[in-house]
Amino acid sequence: MTATPFTLASASLFIIFSALALVPFLFRNQRALITAVFSLTAISSLLSLIAGIWTVRDGITESYIILLGLPDLPFHMRLDSLSGFFLTVIGALGFIVSIYSIGYVRGFIGQRSVTSLVFFYSLLLAGMFMVVLADDAFFFLISWEVMAASSYFLVMFEDERTENRRAAFLYLAIAHVGAIAILLSFGLMAGFATGFEGFNGYTFDAMRKMDIPPSWAAVAFFLAFFGFAAKAGVMPLHVWLPDADSVAPSNAVALMSGVMLKTAIYGILRVTFDLIRVFPWWWGAVVLVFGLMTAVMGILFAILQQDLKRLLAYSSMENIGIILIGTGMAMVFASFNMTALSALALIAALYHTLNHAMFKGLLFMGAGAVHHATRERGMEGMGGLIHRMPWTSALFLIGSVSISALPPFNGFVSEWLTFQAFLLSPALPSPLLNLLIPLGAAILALTAALAATCFVKAFGVTFLGRWRGDHDTPIHEVDGFMKTGMGLAASMCLFLGVLPTFVIDWMDIVPERFLGGKLAASAGEFGWMWLTPISYTRASYSGPVVLLGIIAIVALAYIILHARGTTIHRGPLWDCGFEKITPRMQYTGTAFSMPIRRIFGFLFNVRERIEVDAEHGQRAFPSRIYYSLKIRDRMWNWLYQPVADASFWVARQAGRLQQGRIQMYLIYPFITIIVLLVLLR
Amino acid sequence: MSEIFPYILDGLQIVILLFAAPVFAGWVKTLKCWFQGRTTAGVLQPYRDLTKLFHKDIVLAENASWVFRFTPYAVFGSVVLAGGIIPILSVDLPLSATADIIALISLFTIARFFTALAGMDIGTAFGGMGASREKTIASVAEPAMLMAIFTVSLVCKSTSLSQMVQVIAHGEFILRPSLAFALLAFALIALAETGRVPVDNPATHLELTMIHEGMILEYSGRHLALIEWAGMMKLFLFAALGIAAFFPWGIAAANDSPALFVAALSLILKLTVAGVGLVMIETGLAKMRFFRVPEFLGSAFLFATLGMLSYFMLE
Repeated sequence: MTATPFTLASASLFIIFSALALVPFLFRNQRALITAVFSLTAISSLLSLIAGIWTVRDGITESYIILLGLPDLPFHMRLDSLSGFFLTVIGALGFIVSIYSIGYVRGFIGQRSVTSLVFFYSLLLAGMFMVVLADDAFFFLISWEVMAASSYFLVMFEDERTENRRAAFLYLAIAHVGAIAILLSFGLMAGFATGFEGFNGYTFDAMRKMDIPPSWAAVAFFLAFFGFAAKAGVMPLHVWLPDADSVAPSNAVALMSGVMLKTAIYGILRVTFDLIRVFPWWWGAVVLVFGLMTAVMGILFAILQQDLKRLLAYSSMENIGIILIGTGMAMVFASFNMTALSALALIAALYHTLNHAMFKGLLFMGAGAVHHATRERGMEGMGGLIHRMPWTSALFLIGSVSISALPPFNGFVSEWLTFQAFLLSPALPSPLLNLLIPLGAAILALTAALAATCFVKAFGVTFLGRWRGDHDTPIHEVDGFMKTGMGLAASMCLFLGVLPTFVIDWMDIVPERFLGGKLAASAGEFGWMWLTPISYTRASYSGPVVLLGIIAIVALAYIILHARGTTIHRGPLWDCGFEKITPRMQYTGTAFSMPIRRIFGFLFNVRERIEVDAEHGQRAFPSRIYYSLKIRDRMWNWLYQPVADASFWVARQAGRLQQGRIQMYLIYPFITIIVLLVLLR
Repeated sequence: MSEIFPYILDGLQIVILLFAAPVFAGWVKTLKCWFQGRTTAGVLQPYRDLTKLFHKDIVLAENASWVFRFTPYAVFGSVVLAGGIIPILSVDLPLSATADIIALISLFTIARFFTALAGMDIGTAFGGMGASREKTIASVAEPAMLMAIFTVSLVCKSTSLSQMVQVIAHGEFILRPSLAFALLAFALIALAETGRVPVDNPATHLELTMIHEGMILEYSGRHLALIEWAGMMKLFLFAALGIAAFFPWGIAAANDSPALFVAALSLILKLTVAGVGLVMIETGLAKMRFFRVPEFLGSAFLFATLGMLSYFMLE
């Protein structure tokens, strides 16, 4: 038997399940457990990564039937270019985060048992691999639930804190509302594939051949979109995301934010471009609008946060929005049969998926390193870490530069491609879209600029300036495993930013298979150094030249200026003639985001209160000033509070049935029997 | 020879940028003095300032990290690279394919990003305040900028700067209302991006109103020289960008000496006029309150959108 990508992928799954089986034997020796299991997940991820790259490069499609599951309902698995792409993304980040975890999770030894973290981390990884390999609704949903359940336990890891339990409950509730919608959508499609009586329609193969009327197709699509949107954190179903991501352990969050959200993108792409395939333009427009809304609101929320992990979580929401913008544009172009432009937009979305996995993984690993070293969560208590954690801060800076879409790093490439897709929208034959889509481009531009602001704040307040906390807090640089993990992610950020032509050539098979159009003919036309997505005269960008150009100019300037020796003196800060400025007088994160809060404050529920304690009633001589700021999501009041109130109301009404008297309880079965007799005569 | 010539020209363009930018900045200052009835120090004063700074020793804040010391070089590097991309004299530049106008704007964003970080690095309130204000203005300016680019790219069917020059200067001459609106928007945005009155006052060091100066307050010696020089080049490049996108007539299409001579002459003429325009705005207007800036940039966005609409309706 010759090795195929599928062999590697199944070997990868086998290794990860053997790692899970090892847990009961090793949990007494926590240090060995961490090393053994995370090494195995790293190997398993590496195999999946190779399998994914191989599948996409050669455009292989393999499908297998696995005789597991219920009788007569075997599992179907399939590896094609789309699942290969996502397998690559998950494998790459899984490998990096597994190495990081060896160092990170050791930090918990002595504080609590890490068995559940190790176990559910591996199970989450396995669940994600299975989701992208699944080729029938049954296996897909089982894998989906494995993923949801394991991430629930990861959020619950430090379960003595109320906020963890609350976050985990909210996450589970929204994930399940979403899962029900996905189940219904698959049910509809399976029904139209083979009729509602049989069970054979549950395979994706049957659904590909289904004959579904447009109106029902719309219902199926929007059910699936709703379900996947709940998982991806699309506005207004985003509320679980910041809560869950800010309390779960950082290595788990790196995976959840970096790739678990992307499985929802995978689901949307699979259902749209593979199962349904024919759709009107307004589906794409709806996806686009939700993407824009999620992107801009996500980044605005992110700027207003003072907790580093919460800020990163909201920024994940923004990036999911950008990916959806690309997806929506691809759908709009595809519905007008503009295959080349549709391929451009889809490549932009997929590229951003890959990029976001890398830089958000890196940033969450960095946030984990900071938390590991300082035991501090809020940014307002930090500052000046660049002096004590030089490696972490340099790598976090690379992540910040990448996510702020600055050339020559990777975030820029995918946002640039998305902008190109927007700029080509005037080719659409619909005047309405021609007028509205440019406004979308403006919103994306706003989002990108706000992202840069957000990460100046995140990096500046956390790592720059002076330490705001106690003087005697011991802060140390993290160990080699964590540095290696972050270093790998950072080098991927640079690689994906400098050499996009190779990556796009590699993944061009995805739009070719699913949209019938490709980009490579133009992307690499002018040589590997130049990215020219549509044509050379239209637009071009060269990562290598930007990188080398800046390096050359900087080196030249540095050498010329250092030819003549000048001395560098260190002096105290300019304090306007006052004495002794303290670290607490630095600009805080709240202060930094104040202009944004003021300009965009109408979108939020902002409550700002200042109370002055005055001596002898003299307000001019305050003895103490209290300042409190509360920013709430308007969605809570508009959407979630009514739902919560309604469910409590229903529960109270149902509670009336329970009177606590045996006579009443005996009446219920009696009534039931009579009703059944009447109905089922 | 003809193959190497574009490379030489690109190098020449960078040299012109390096040496003409201080003269342009000096010209603007001189004009301002004339408008305000003061005596001037001459157009060459920026050179003297730069030379003085380059010869001074550096006094670094106690807390400054490598980010603070790296920033001047990053700022200088990204701005100089932008100078090799914008067609100042000729469109036949080997570097011009490095970045289209969107990527070019991102090069300026690199400079701004690192300047803001340097402002936060020293750990005073001024640095953070400057960084916060600068990034806020940049965020609000960005949608208007993109809308203006969108309008120009509708006309030129391209975002590549060389292509824009080709289409507008060497194509058929048409009066386009869309470009007029886009130009208006671009002018407002350029004032905000280069930190001129009415958005920021480059001459002020009054603590409460400074934006860009707040971030670089702690710089000295060659670091300050690099940042100041990059600032002058940025002003020069925004003028050159406006010229390339809206008044490209004169920029050489082919690299022969007469065309380049004409290009150089027309560049000097256009920059002289651009300086007059800038000084008239700066002298005529007062610096506005910080929270009025979003309205100012909002009107830029409106103009750019009108430009786009007029393209669809009239052209």
